[in-house]
Amino acid sequence: MSGYLRPATLGEAVAALCTGGATVLAGGTDLYPARVGRAIDDTLLDISALAELRGIGVTDGGWRFGALATWRDVLAADLPPLFDGLKAAAREVGGTQIQNRGTIGGNLCNASPAADGVPNWLTLDATVELASPTGSRRLPVAAFVLGNRRTARREDELLVAVHVPRPDRPARGTFRKLGARRYLVISIVMVAAVAEFAADGTVASARIAVGAASEVAQRLPSLEARLIGRRPDPSLVREEDLAPLAPIDDVRATAAYRRDAALALVRRAIADLA
Amino acid sequence: MRSPALPHRFFVNGRDVEAIAPPAMRLSEVLRDVLGLKGTKVGCDAGDCGACTVLVDGAQVCACLVPVAQVVGRAVETVEGLARDGRLHALQAAFLRHGAAQCGICTPGMLMAAADLLRRVPSPSEAEVLDALGGVLCRCTGYRKIVAAVLEAARGGAEAEPLVGGGVGARLARVDGVAKVTGEDRFGADWLPERAWLTLRAVRSPYPHARFRFGDLDAFRRRHPGLVAILTAADVPGANRFGIYPTGKDQPVFAEGYVRMLGEPVCALVGDAETIAAIRDEEVPIAWEPLPPVSFDDALAGSTPDLHPHAPANVLCRGRIACGDVDAALATAPHRAAVAIETGFVEHAYIEPEAGYAERIGDGIEIVACTQTPYMDRDEIALILGIPPERVRIVPTAVGGGFGGKLDLSLQPMIAIAAWRTGRPVRCVYTRPESMRTTTKRHPARIVAEAGCDEEGRLLAVRFHGDFNTGAYASWGPTVASRVPVHAMGPYRIPNVRATTAAIHTTDTPAGAFRGFGVPQAAIAHEALMDALADRLGMDRLEFRLRNALRRGDATATGQVLDHSVGLVACLEALRPRWQALRAEADAFNRSSSGPFRRGVGIACMWYGIGNTAMSNPSEMTIGLAADGTITLYSGAVDIGQGSNTVMVQISAEALGVAPHAIRLVAGDTARTRDAGKTSASRQTFVSGNAARLAALDLRRQILALANAGPDARIVPVPGGVEIHDGDRTLRPDLSRLERDANGDVLVGFGRFDPPTTALDADGRGVPYATYAFGAQIALVEVDRELGTTRVLRMVAAHDVGRAINPTLVEGQIHGGIAQGIGLALMEEYLPGRNDNLHDYLIPTIGDVPPIEVILIEDAEPLGPFGAKGVGEPALIATAPAILGAIDHATGVRVTRVPATPDRLRAAILATR
Repeated sequence: MSGYLRPATLGEAVAALCTGGATVLAGGTDLYPARVGRAIDDTLLDISALAELRGIGVTDGGWRFGALATWRDVLAADLPPLFDGLKAAAREVGGTQIQNRGTIGGNLCNASPAADGVPNWLTLDATVELASPTGSRRLPVAAFVLGNRRTARREDELLVAVHVPRPDRPARGTFRKLGARRYLVISIVMVAAVAEFAADGTVASARIAVGAASEVAQRLPSLEARLIGRRPDPSLVREEDLAPLAPIDDVRATAAYRRDAALALVRRAIADLA
Repeated sequence: MRSPALPHRFFVNGRDVEAIAPPAMRLSEVLRDVLGLKGTKVGCDAGDCGACTVLVDGAQVCACLVPVAQVVGRAVETVEGLARDGRLHALQAAFLRHGAAQCGICTPGMLMAAADLLRRVPSPSEAEVLDALGGVLCRCTGYRKIVAAVLEAARGGAEAEPLVGGGVGARLARVDGVAKVTGEDRFGADWLPERAWLTLRAVRSPYPHARFRFGDLDAFRRRHPGLVAILTAADVPGANRFGIYPTGKDQPVFAEGYVRMLGEPVCALVGDAETIAAIRDEEVPIAWEPLPPVSFDDALAGSTPDLHPHAPANVLCRGRIACGDVDAALATAPHRAAVAIETGFVEHAYIEPEAGYAERIGDGIEIVACTQTPYMDRDEIALILGIPPERVRIVPTAVGGGFGGKLDLSLQPMIAIAAWRTGRPVRCVYTRPESMRTTTKRHPARIVAEAGCDEEGRLLAVRFHGDFNTGAYASWGPTVASRVPVHAMGPYRIPNVRATTAAIHTTDTPAGAFRGFGVPQAAIAHEALMDALADRLGMDRLEFRLRNALRRGDATATGQVLDHSVGLVACLEALRPRWQALRAEADAFNRSSSGPFRRGVGIACMWYGIGNTAMSNPSEMTIGLAADGTITLYSGAVDIGQGSNTVMVQISAEALGVAPHAIRLVAGDTARTRDAGKTSASRQTFVSGNAARLAALDLRRQILALANAGPDARIVPVPGGVEIHDGDRTLRPDLSRLERDANGDVLVGFGRFDPPTTALDADGRGVPYATYAFGAQIALVEVDRELGTTRVLRMVAAHDVGRAINPTLVEGQIHGGIAQGIGLALMEEYLPGRNDNLHDYLIPTIGDVPPIEVILIEDAEPLGPFGAKGVGEPALIATAPAILGAIDHATGVRVTRVPATPDRLRAAILATR
C-alpha cells in the first residue's frame, strides 16, 4: 500500500480503510497542524475527491450535510432559521482560510472538546452516517463523539454525512462563542441552542448544548424540560442546570470561570431565542 | 516513510506548471521549494498565522494546510501574480502608500486575503474587511493601515501614487516597500537550496533542568546514511559560550552534560532535509537525568540550587536609583498608594521564525540570516569559531519582525559550526514551536511600589522594587535591571525616589529584550499609583498627571536636568479634549446601559531614554559618490520593519540636499557597511540617523569643495555625474579623474555619533541617556462584566517624537506598539512548554485593534537629526496601563496581574461583590 491514496469512489475508499492504519485526510486543517516540523510519514487516505461526500441538500426527512461540506458551504447554503446557530459557528471557526477548507466531517471526527460544530449538531438532533465495506450505519452525534479525540468510528468506517431531521414546528437556532480575541480563537466555552415553537410562541421543545466545558459537549436536559410550554426567558436558567458539565483548567481559562461563563452564555442564548 | 514524489499539474498565476513532489507535501512547500516562488511566506505550518494565504480556485486558503495532490487541475494564485506588466495591483499600491507593509512577512498573505474579498465584494464595509483578513496575523502594523489600504483600493485604487520625493517630514513610501508588496523581499528562509545544501536541526532538551549523557552517536549516525554529522559541544572550534554582554557569556551553543531550560540544544543533526525531518529527538541516544526545575517563586524564596556559579542565590544582577529620603517622605505624605503587580512571559511572535544559512569561504565564514544586530553577531561568532571578527561576514536578510527577539543569537552559532566543520553550506529554519520555546521573551515581573503626594497632588516620593525572571541565561537581563530603575517612577517630578531591581535566574526560557526592556512592566505599576493617588484626592486622572509631568528644566531621579525636548505637557494638553469627551461618552453609556456592558476610559504616561543606558553606543555611516554620479548610503542599521532604511535615506537626502530617490541604499552587510549598532533601544533614528546626517554633510562638504562652490550651493545628480548649482553658476566637477575605492566611490562621507551619556554612580546619579521620548495614551474600553471580556473601542495616542522624519512610519510604529500593548494587557502570556504555538498563545488579530488617533508632538531635540528622537518602544509602553485604568473606570476593579484574561477579570469582579 502506497503512502497516499486519493480514491474517486466511496467503495474504493472504504476498501482502502479496511486494510487498516490509514489516516483520513479531507481539509487538512487538523492533520497538518499536528505534524509541524516533522515528516508526514503516515499512510494517508485523501477523501477529497469523493463526490458522494459533498454538498448540503434537502432529503425526505430533513437535511443531509455531506461530510466534506466546508464551513464556507454551510454559510452559503440556503437553510432555515433552525440552522442559525450552525451558521454562526461556521462564521467563527478559524479564519476565512479555515472556513474554506475545514469540513464538518473532520470537525466531528477530530472530536476536540472545543469543536464548535459538536454542540450545534447536538441541538439539531443530528445523526452521523458511517460507511464501511459491510454497509452503513447511523448513530446520533451524542453516541458518536465519545471523548477527547475519541469517536465511535471504527477503523474501517468513513463518516459520510450528517443528517438533521426536519422539526415538526417552526424552529430557530443560536450559537454563542466565547474566546479571548476576535478572530482565530479556540473557544473557552460555547453554547448552542435550538427551540421549536408552538403556535402561541411558547417553546414546544428545546435542545441546549454547552461545548468546551466537558470532554464532550453536553446537553442540559433539566433546562430543556423547564423551557417547554414557556416563552424563552433567561431567568428560567438555573445554576444546577449546568450539572452535566465537567470543565477543566487549561491555558485558556480556569474551570470555575468556564462554569460561570457557561451560565451567562446559556442565558444569552435563551434570550436570543426569545 | 514519506510517499514517493509524483508529478502534479496545476496552474499558478495562470501558468500551467508541473511540480514533482510527494502528494502530501504542503502546497506552501511546493510553491516555495519546488517551484521557487518564495513570495508565499511560512510562519507556523499550522494554519494559525495566515502568512501563507494563497487563492485556490479563487478562495483564500492557508497553503500550509493543503496537500499538493488536492490542487491538481486547479488554479492557484500567489502574491507573485498580483502585479501585471510591471504595474502594481491597486492593493499593492495602496499598501505601499499607507505604510500597510512594515516588515512585510505577513504582507503577501494579507494581500491575497484582500484580493479574495475584493473579488467577492467589490465595495466592502470595514466589517467585511475585518472578517476577510481575520485569518492573517500581523505583529508590526496594528492592522489599521492595512484596513485603510484595502478600503482605499476598493474605492477605485490609487488615489495618489506613493510618494517618492521629499526629505525629512515627508510621508515617503518605504524605500524597500515595492519588494515587500510584491513578495520579492527575501527573508531568512527565502534562500533557495540551489546547491547541495545541508540542513541542520537541533536536538533539544525535553526537560527544563537535567543532566544527560550521550550514547553511541557515531553508531547512530552510521545507521542514517543521510546524516552527515552530529555536532556536540566537542565540535565547537572556539568558546562554547555566547551572550550579549562581554562579561556575561553564559549560554552554551551545545549543552555540556547539563541543561538549564526546556529546548536547550544538546546536539545538532546535519544532513539532507528529508533525513533530518524523519529523525525524532527521542531516537537520538541520550540518557536523561531530570532535575527539579527552578521556578521564579522558588528562586525568589532563596530555596534553589545555584544555576550559575557567578550568580549566587540565582541573582544575576541588581539595579538601583536613589535620591532624597524616600522612607521619611512616604511616612509623612498626606496621601499614599501602594500596588503589587505581576506580569508573565510575553513572546515576540514575529511572524518570521528564525532562519538562515552559513557558508565557509576559505578561512572565513559568511552567515546570511535574519538578525537585528549584525556586528554583535559577527563578534560572537568569531569567539565561537575561534577566528578574528574580520573573518566573519554577517549578511542580514530582510527581517520578518524582531521587537528585540532577534538581537540574541539563535541558530547562527550552530549553522556556523556546521558549515565550518563540514565545509559545506548549511541552512536551518526554526519551526514555530522551536522559535517560541527557545528564543527570548519579555521578562515576567513582580513589582511592589508605593507613592505619596501632598494635598495639592504634588508627588513627594516613590519607592519601587521589581524582581524580573530572566530565565536560564543572562541575555539582556542586566539591561532590564539597569533601565527599569531610571524609568520606574514614571515621567514625573519626584524629589524622593528609591527604585531597585533584581534579575533572577530560573529554569525558564531566557528573558531578554522585548520592546521596552522592562519599562512597560514598570509603567503598569507607576500608572496604577497615579490613578490611585488622583482618586484619593478626588482629582481628575489627567490633571493629576499634568501637575506632576516632567517639564523642561526639571531634574530626573538620576539628577539629570532635562534642558530640551520634554513634550509630555504638550501631549497631555493635546489629549485633554479627547479625554474629557471620551469620559463623558463612557459615563453617558453607562448611565443608559442596564446590561452587563460597562465602558471606561483610562490614561497613561510614559517616558523612555533613547539608546543604551549609561553606556557608549555609537553608530557609524558612510555615503559615497561614484564617478557616474551614483550616490550610495552604506547603512549598517538593520531595518526590522520599522522603516530605518527609509529614515536613513530621508535624513541623508535632506542633509546632502538631494531627493531621496537619488540615493541608493546598501544595508546591513558587515563587509560593506560600518557598525551602526543594534536595532534596539529605539536608537536607530536618533543615533544612526545622526551618523547618516553627519556622513551626508561630510560628503556634501567634499563635493562642494571639489567644485569650489559656496556652502549654500545645490547638488543635483545628473546622468554621468553631479551638477552644482551655486547662485547663477552651474558647475560640473570632473569625477572621472578621482581615485575609486572598492565600492567604486570617488568621494566618501563619514559620520559617527555616540549619544553623550555618563556612567551612573552607586546611587544611580548621572546622565543615563542623551534624550528621552515622552508620550501619553488614552484607551476607551467596554467590559462585559458577566464574562470578564474587554474590548478596546478606541485609542488616542500623543507622542513627543522630537521630529517625525516620516509621519507615516511614526504612525506605523505607534499603531504596532499599541497592538502589542493590547496583547500585553489582555491576552498574551507565554507558559514555557505549554503554549508554544499561535493558537494557544494569542496575539491580537485584526478584530482586536480599534481605531487609533495619533497626535504627533514635535518638541525638537537639538541633539537629534533634524530634531528627531525615537518611537519604537515608546509606542507600546503607555498602552497596557491606559487599558487597565480604563477597566478600573468601567468596573471599579484594578487588575494587578496581566494579562487581564476573561477568567482573571471575571474573578476580580466577583471578588468585589
